[in-house]
Amino acid sequence: MKDKIFRLLLFFAAFIILLLCAGIIYALVSRSSDAFQEYGILGFIANPEWDPRPATEEYGALSFIIGTIYTAFLALLFCFPFSLAVSLFNGEYFKGKRISSVVRSVVDLLAGIPSIVYGLWGFYAVRPLIIDLGLNAQGFGILLSSVVLAIMIIPYASSLSTEFISMVPNNLKEGAYSLGSTQIEMIRHISLPTASSGIVASYILALGRALGETMAVTMLIGNTDRIPNGLRDTGNTMASVIANQFGEADGIKLSSLIAIGLLLFIITALINLIAKLIMKRVGRA
Amino acid sequence: MSMNMSNSIIARKRSNQLVYWMVCLFSFLAMIPLFLILWDVVSKGYKNFNLNLLTEVTPSSMDALLANMNGDPIPGGILNGITGSVLIVLLAILFSVPLGLFIGIYLSENRDKNFAKVVSFLTDLLQGMPSIVIGIIAYAWVVKPLGSYSAIAGSVALTIMMLPMIVRSTEETLKMLPRAYKEAGLALGSSYTNVVFRILLPSGFGGIFTGILLAISRVMGETAPLMLTALGASVVNWDVLEPTSAIPLLIWDFYNDPNLVDLVWSSSLLLLIVIFVLNWIAKIVARKWKI
Repeated sequence: MKDKIFRLLLFFAAFIILLLCAGIIYALVSRSSDAFQEYGILGFIANPEWDPRPATEEYGALSFIIGTIYTAFLALLFCFPFSLAVSLFNGEYFKGKRISSVVRSVVDLLAGIPSIVYGLWGFYAVRPLIIDLGLNAQGFGILLSSVVLAIMIIPYASSLSTEFISMVPNNLKEGAYSLGSTQIEMIRHISLPTASSGIVASYILALGRALGETMAVTMLIGNTDRIPNGLRDTGNTMASVIANQFGEADGIKLSSLIAIGLLLFIITALINLIAKLIMKRVGRA
Repeated sequence: MSMNMSNSIIARKRSNQLVYWMVCLFSFLAMIPLFLILWDVVSKGYKNFNLNLLTEVTPSSMDALLANMNGDPIPGGILNGITGSVLIVLLAILFSVPLGLFIGIYLSENRDKNFAKVVSFLTDLLQGMPSIVIGIIAYAWVVKPLGSYSAIAGSVALTIMMLPMIVRSTEETLKMLPRAYKEAGLALGSSYTNVVFRILLPSGFGGIFTGILLAISRVMGETAPLMLTALGASVVNWDVLEPTSAIPLLIWDFYNDPNLVDLVWSSSLLLLIVIFVLNWIAKIVARKWKI
């Protein structure tokens, strides 16, 4: 009897996840419906205009969608050489050595630093560099936020791909060595191709992180509500516009911000789903 | 650099060496930001890192301005943020730990059921959700119906963030336990409930507890969801239905207020210390209670 109740309790707990997700989708959809009804789903997504002035009030998400994709992909590009190096360092060159666990702990600590501290550091330490380089008078913008974002996602991109690189079977590597290849030739022709799906999946997950990152970007991107015109320009991402304008918003503006939240939720969910599918195919997770 | 680009053994060895050093160099470069950030926070934060920080509430912008003009240190600290963080995070622990444990147990005990697969998928979905979206949800669920920003709304947001992390670490730890543990317990006539509470959970204590600590340290620094839910307050508040401050919220306020900007680094230093200590304890627990 006791066991039956306990099992039922476990089941109900698991059921709560279901309710939670249903509640999340319901909350996002119902609170954003005003904006979608006013502008149409496609009209809202494809409209670059974000104008809160009462006379010409009009809201569209396109500038922020582009800003988000822009910063996230740039961040991924910037972080790539570093995180690939870290994952080769830990997963191949110094696999199992003491130095590799040091590098791993240090990089993992990067993941522990809160977003807002990255924002502060970006503002006070990285922004002056960008100004000195003469790229931008104020320093704020796409470039500054992508650089800081890149540092933030290094641990996410590298830790998973390290795992995949270190999982490459030894007999494959030994085969390459016995044919006379050097270590880099072995890595290029054996390790990386074997681990490629896993590596791709870990970078997709890192991309998902970058897309949803809020505080650091809000503090660094400059917060202008239009499509960013190149690297040096300021802009806004979907997350940063919500963080910035949610407090004072009401009516159709609030609904539009929540609609942006819903779109962001859908994008990140899809990105994570793709990564999970790839990982499932290579037989992990 | 590929085999067909150069046949000379010297060139091949050279490119091998080159890549080796590049990997070392870039790995080294990847570690530098951590030290730069720590150095920045410590060197700028230690000046205002004193007892006042822990015992007094945030000064008004005016008082800070006057102190700045006289060259005095800013009077006041972040007591309201510390108590707020404690209140909000404790509530979130209270909500998320029991629920997360139960769901984790369910998932590890019912691996093959379709329902478990659905729940597992949804847990992944929750885990990937951006924190700002979670803030919106807690706003829609709690702030709107109650008509006010509140500590409890912040806790709901942090609960949604912690839940998938706790579920995953519990599930994965329990899955690693040898089947024989459970079978031995059942064979000795112990009830299923007893097997779970007396054998499985204690054996997996290390992994489960580590997961909980890491989840706490992750949400400790969360700012965005709290901006939409707990909002902030300039006084110490223990009422869960009132707007409440938190350390990261205060960092955000200080960042935006030129008069209070001196406090930004000492508050960040405190936050980083709390987070790193939690991480460090998690590491020790994981090592000590290894399965």
